[in-house]
Amino acid sequence: MDGAQDMGGVEGFGPVQPEPNEPVFHAAWERRAFALTLAMSRPGGWNIDMSRFARENRPHADYLSKSYYQLWLAGLERLMIERDLVSEDEIASGRVLTVAKAGLKTLSRDDVMAMLHRGGPTERDPTAPARFAIGDQVRMKTINPPTHTRLPRYVRGRVGTIELLHGCHVFPDTNSLGQGEKPQWLYTVSFAGTELWGADADPTMKVSVDAWESYLESPSERA
Amino acid sequence: MSGHDHDHEHSELSETELRVRALETVLTEKGYVDPAALDLLIETYEKKVGPRNGARVVARAWTDPEYRKRLLADATPAIAELNYAGRQGEHIIALENTPKTHNMVVCTLCSCYPWPVLGLPPVWYKSAPYRSRAVSDPRGVLRDFGVELSPDTDIRIWDSTAEIRYFVLPMRPAGTDGWSEERLADLVTRDSMIGSGLPKHPNELG
Repeated sequence: MDGAQDMGGVEGFGPVQPEPNEPVFHAAWERRAFALTLAMSRPGGWNIDMSRFARENRPHADYLSKSYYQLWLAGLERLMIERDLVSEDEIASGRVLTVAKAGLKTLSRDDVMAMLHRGGPTERDPTAPARFAIGDQVRMKTINPPTHTRLPRYVRGRVGTIELLHGCHVFPDTNSLGQGEKPQWLYTVSFAGTELWGADADPTMKVSVDAWESYLESPSERA
Repeated sequence: MSGHDHDHEHSELSETELRVRALETVLTEKGYVDPAALDLLIETYEKKVGPRNGARVVARAWTDPEYRKRLLADATPAIAELNYAGRQGEHIIALENTPKTHNMVVCTLCSCYPWPVLGLPPVWYKSAPYRSRAVSDPRGVLRDFGVELSPDTDIRIWDSTAEIRYFVLPMRPAGTDGWSEERLADLVTRDSMIGSGLPKHPNELG
């Protein structure tokens, strides 16, 4: 979706403000919100693409007014409420008002390190050869789905060069909707700054995105 | 996304604090979460997994040419040799800075970051100013960090839009011949591995 999360090239956010000796967390609640989010994906059963969509799928003003872990919290609440794991009244009151769902797996302390070490690899065995090769010119498709995508606006319609080929990876656009992993070839596509930002762009800069095959077309396919 | 230092946010933050507490209570009572597991998750990312891991990888690459080759050829197993692996680092690529090319990493769409080597991302990395401008005005962003890149150096931005995680192998500072791996690691800053900064100068070590 073309939401506030898609920030590449957007003007007006001001300078970057690094914080010297920044702590990992800035408040006790951030620690708990972080850990609850990691732990709840086990009983909740959602995937990372669903989590990202739950965080970003909200009005721009809401997204931009929330701090990072407030977004995580809002995303987590949404995922749980959608699955009837918890109700809005329970979150507001801090009291259990509905019966817990049975048969869900809980992340125990003994499972934590193994879960982190395993992570969530997204590479899958290819079922077809890659359509593009390193060095090929490609155009990024222009799409505007109302659902989750990892094709940022600032590269849509732009022509770039295939720089790396990463194998086949889970496709977020379908995985975020529970429509399956539908793995596709994943490429790194690089663009001259001038292709993205016009003739006045820094001539020494190049930008790349990682793009699934269905985001790409041959430059000759469409004017 | 808003910062952390505005007075008017204090009441809002305590509201959030209460909400998180309530949520944890409910989820614990329902048996969905184990508070001891939460404690371990927090302890892991607050105390164990952080940029010190990445600094060790960089220092190893600076001192061991064979390791450097393995790291640049296939970073995930090379990093796993130092026992760093897993969540948000399942597929890692190391980007080598040279006098000709400076690499910088961003995630314009969210906050993708190589956790096993760098830990959790700092607030600025997740903030709108960095995510918006890193891809359009990288030299301006570097100036926000006090870094002025030579006009002869190309700048290469990697937007982490998939599950590939990038981290930068910075150039070894001059004047460090014969230094031990451990001492070299002290020069490697978090920002030098994101590309928003450079390693410390040898004189900066106390």
